[in-house]
Amino acid sequence: MSPPRRGYLNMVAHSELDQVPREKILNQQGYSSCSKENVAVNDIQEPEEKICHQNGSIASIPTKLTTSASGDSLPPAKKIFHKKEEDCSLFVAFFTFLSYGVLLLVGYVKEFFNPPSTKEKNREGYVPLYIGFESFYTRNVYRRIQDCWNRTICSVPGAIIDLMERTTPDYGWTMKLTGKIIKCINVGSYNYLGFAENVGPCHDAAEETTKTLGVTTCSPRLELGSMEIHQKLESLVAEFLGVDDAITFGMGFATNVLNLPSLLGPGCLVFSDEFNHASLILGLRLSGATVKVFRHNDAQDLEKKLREAIIYGHPRTRRPWKKAMIVVEGIYSMEGSICDLPNFIRIKKKYKTYLYVDEAHSIGALGPHGGGVVDYFAADPKDVDIHMGTFTKSFGAAGGYIAGSKDLINHLRVTSHAQIYAASMSPPVAEQIITSMATIMGKQGDGEGERRLNQLARNTHYFRRRVKHMGFIVYGNDDSPVVPVLLYLPAVTAMFVRELTNRGVAGVGVGFPATKITGGRMRFCLSAAHTKEMLDKILEEVEEVGRLCGCRYSTAVKNPEPIEW
Amino acid sequence: MASQWNVYESFQALLQAGPYHLALEGVLVLCIIWLFTAKKQPSKLVRLTKKEEEELIAEWMPEPLVPNPPPEDHPALHTRTVYGKAGKYLDLGKGEKLLNLGTHNYLNFGERPEIEKAALECLHTYGVGSCGPRGFYGTTKVHLELEERLAEYFNCEMAVLYSYGFSTSASAIPAYSKSGDIIYADEMVNFILQRGLQASRSRVVYFRHNDINHLEELLEEQVKQDKKDPRKANATRKFLVVEGIYMNSGLMCPLPELVKLRQKYKLRLFIDESITFGTLGKNCRGITDHFDVPMKEVDMIMASLETSAASTGGFCVGTKFVIDHQRLSGLGYCFSASLPPMLAATSIKVVDILEKEGGDLVAELQDKCRLMNNKLKGLPSKVTVTGEDISPVKHLRLVDSSEREVEEQILRDIAEKAENYGVALTVSSYLWDKEANPPKPSIRITVNKDLTEDEVEKALDAITKAVTDILG
Repeated sequence: MSPPRRGYLNMVAHSELDQVPREKILNQQGYSSCSKENVAVNDIQEPEEKICHQNGSIASIPTKLTTSASGDSLPPAKKIFHKKEEDCSLFVAFFTFLSYGVLLLVGYVKEFFNPPSTKEKNREGYVPLYIGFESFYTRNVYRRIQDCWNRTICSVPGAIIDLMERTTPDYGWTMKLTGKIIKCINVGSYNYLGFAENVGPCHDAAEETTKTLGVTTCSPRLELGSMEIHQKLESLVAEFLGVDDAITFGMGFATNVLNLPSLLGPGCLVFSDEFNHASLILGLRLSGATVKVFRHNDAQDLEKKLREAIIYGHPRTRRPWKKAMIVVEGIYSMEGSICDLPNFIRIKKKYKTYLYVDEAHSIGALGPHGGGVVDYFAADPKDVDIHMGTFTKSFGAAGGYIAGSKDLINHLRVTSHAQIYAASMSPPVAEQIITSMATIMGKQGDGEGERRLNQLARNTHYFRRRVKHMGFIVYGNDDSPVVPVLLYLPAVTAMFVRELTNRGVAGVGVGFPATKITGGRMRFCLSAAHTKEMLDKILEEVEEVGRLCGCRYSTAVKNPEPIEW
Repeated sequence: MASQWNVYESFQALLQAGPYHLALEGVLVLCIIWLFTAKKQPSKLVRLTKKEEEELIAEWMPEPLVPNPPPEDHPALHTRTVYGKAGKYLDLGKGEKLLNLGTHNYLNFGERPEIEKAALECLHTYGVGSCGPRGFYGTTKVHLELEERLAEYFNCEMAVLYSYGFSTSASAIPAYSKSGDIIYADEMVNFILQRGLQASRSRVVYFRHNDINHLEELLEEQVKQDKKDPRKANATRKFLVVEGIYMNSGLMCPLPELVKLRQKYKLRLFIDESITFGTLGKNCRGITDHFDVPMKEVDMIMASLETSAASTGGFCVGTKFVIDHQRLSGLGYCFSASLPPMLAATSIKVVDILEKEGGDLVAELQDKCRLMNNKLKGLPSKVTVTGEDISPVKHLRLVDSSEREVEEQILRDIAEKAENYGVALTVSSYLWDKEANPPKPSIRITVNKDLTEDEVEKALDAITKAVTDILG
């Protein structure tokens, strides 16, 4: 794919048509042709970028250009950005419950006749270490389909991965590597911008840093673990996000868990989205603050609950809250939805609360400049009090950051657990982040960063629209590179993953308990490293497997426009 | 399987009961429902008018996000910068390199070329990041190999790898211990373990530092309580959490006695070996190796790879029954991206080296530790040094007690002074208001295996000078 240049977008799109088997798509799907221009790409010369929704309505999302013209005004906030996802039919829901019921029933019968041995060696008379439904579920449901997870790879997690084939001699109790290697297109890793590479500038820089700085500091930041590279990284992150300062940590999960307790305490109120990541939930629990959960991405529900909480104060002491915080994510990794930031900012300002946005998946992957959900909505970075994100995904490294005002970051430098008790970030990892971030910012790489952002945006629109056209229920926003395809039944989810692997596509299936019972899904994570040919191959296989499984449940009216990359 | 029979029997009993009985039961059930629903009807909340609501909202003045931002001159905001590799010597930008008595690379693996080579080789194959959690294509061959090697090295069935030292024990403990369980922990356990204890929501009972008798007293007390309520006791798991060598004191735990108590009171023994991994025992395996305690006596060993192993991350080893549970219940394992493969590769190399020459390395390190210990005894009487003679971590504390801030400042001055004499020291950093039992402020002195006798001499000279300069 040659990088599309600004102003030539339409031309590029049309010249692509020769390569796209357009006739094939049209004939197969029976679409009626439509002469609408391809608009679903990032063209920052246009003041507004139009995105066609499935139902044909057009949502406008102002790009950075409009804000620079009109100051820090926000997009029309009252409008509800998040739309309700399509539900499955009662019929499917019934069979999903039934299939879990059958699995559990079989489990109960089996364990009645053949009780599992929970006896440990050398620990006679001990209270069992773990019991209960959870391990029953693991033994009887998860075990049957566990080959769909924890797969071993032996290559860089780029666009193509080498999967090590496994077999199970005993119905999933143990897995053995066969030694065979399967080449697959990778739609499982969070490699949004394709920086997971073992060649190229990032790799070279990391290599050089390993040679000069070693792989570790063996000391926390506050003692003798601060290197120049850490300071360089932090100032770059602050510049990238457009905030005063930033602080970085060696692990993304720990960034949430170890810093939320420094910001909140008993007497504080937190509104947490119901689908927030486990690290946020754990961090909030450790902080001792009162946590209330609002419906996923539902600003109205949040506002209602927030009003009530502020008006009536602490339920036990009846005193006003010390402070209140709204905790949301940029892109929800299981839902593929983008957070309704404009409305959250409006609510935050109106009710004097603070806003914590976890951009683990959105940073780099969203927005015309890769600046995450703040960039996507062209919001003022200062309106988000706490920017949090990870370097694992778009930057192909590891670790996390928190960015915001000088006071906030200074406070964290002094009180963050990770600063004081955990070793500082490994230098080559920091170097990978610096190089990839500089590339995204256009500081190096001759427009490579922009090319990748463009490629990801186009891949996302193309892939999402085509999967929807096939009749699958697809969750999430049209601009989100996380594409969950709903399959509901656990057996179908497992079959989908296995069949796709057999056909050379490595994706991720998710089911209960990671989702609700009627929420089994297959998740595709798109990447800038995917070429259109790869996407076509994936789509072809997905369609085929979808036909085999009979899981194209969507009843929505299909958008008749032709789908161009 | 008892519960199935209970359900079946109660169903049978229901069938045998007469219609009057059933009717009476029905009425009772209705009464209960009525009680529950009726309670909810009178709303406790006073309904306010819209205007009143708006006023209340406008009136509410929350605290600022950061109520007390630290002053600009807070020492934590002006950390020293390390230039170049952290080895036996550290470059703190002072012109000459300083002797490193501050970082945790006891075995000086950061300077071994074969480890760097292993990292680079892995980098050429896998790149830097793993781009996913272990469940979703984040498991590479390197991770599996490291887990296998660690398990083998510790003579255990299984090992599990975490991507951050802090998250290792902080995730492992709450995977087993839940609310209602009891954890006995030494009062000196490091902050990471304390976080793990807190996250478990169990009842935490601290016993005095290394005081076996106190622990036994507490256990006896619990036995008495258990006798009163045997049903509850049968559902309460009991854990014992200790460190091999305590990060906060430099002392070793009396493992053989602890093992006896474990057997007697049916505790599950978890040991944090972050300092002892690679530094104790004839095979370098740590505290169990040192005391020749078989691995089956210990339920789980947790260790960070950020100390002697000179990498990032951490691991737990134990039986398959114990460890496998973490793969679905260890939050830091399930929900975090896996360790960058190149960092796992260096750890494999470390295990290689430990297997091959571990005994010599430990002997060498312990010689240096003893030497350092003897020399430190000769320091001016205004400071004291604690720590086992063979421990690579020692704490230098002031004899005179004063306010914590004052003590800390004095120690910081000493460390700064020592820099002028060519030695890099660090004051151990703590979150004072969050530590369960905050220790007295100290300078944490670490011993590097590659120190020569002259260098130890020089270090001592420098510390003595710095101490006399500051304390007179």
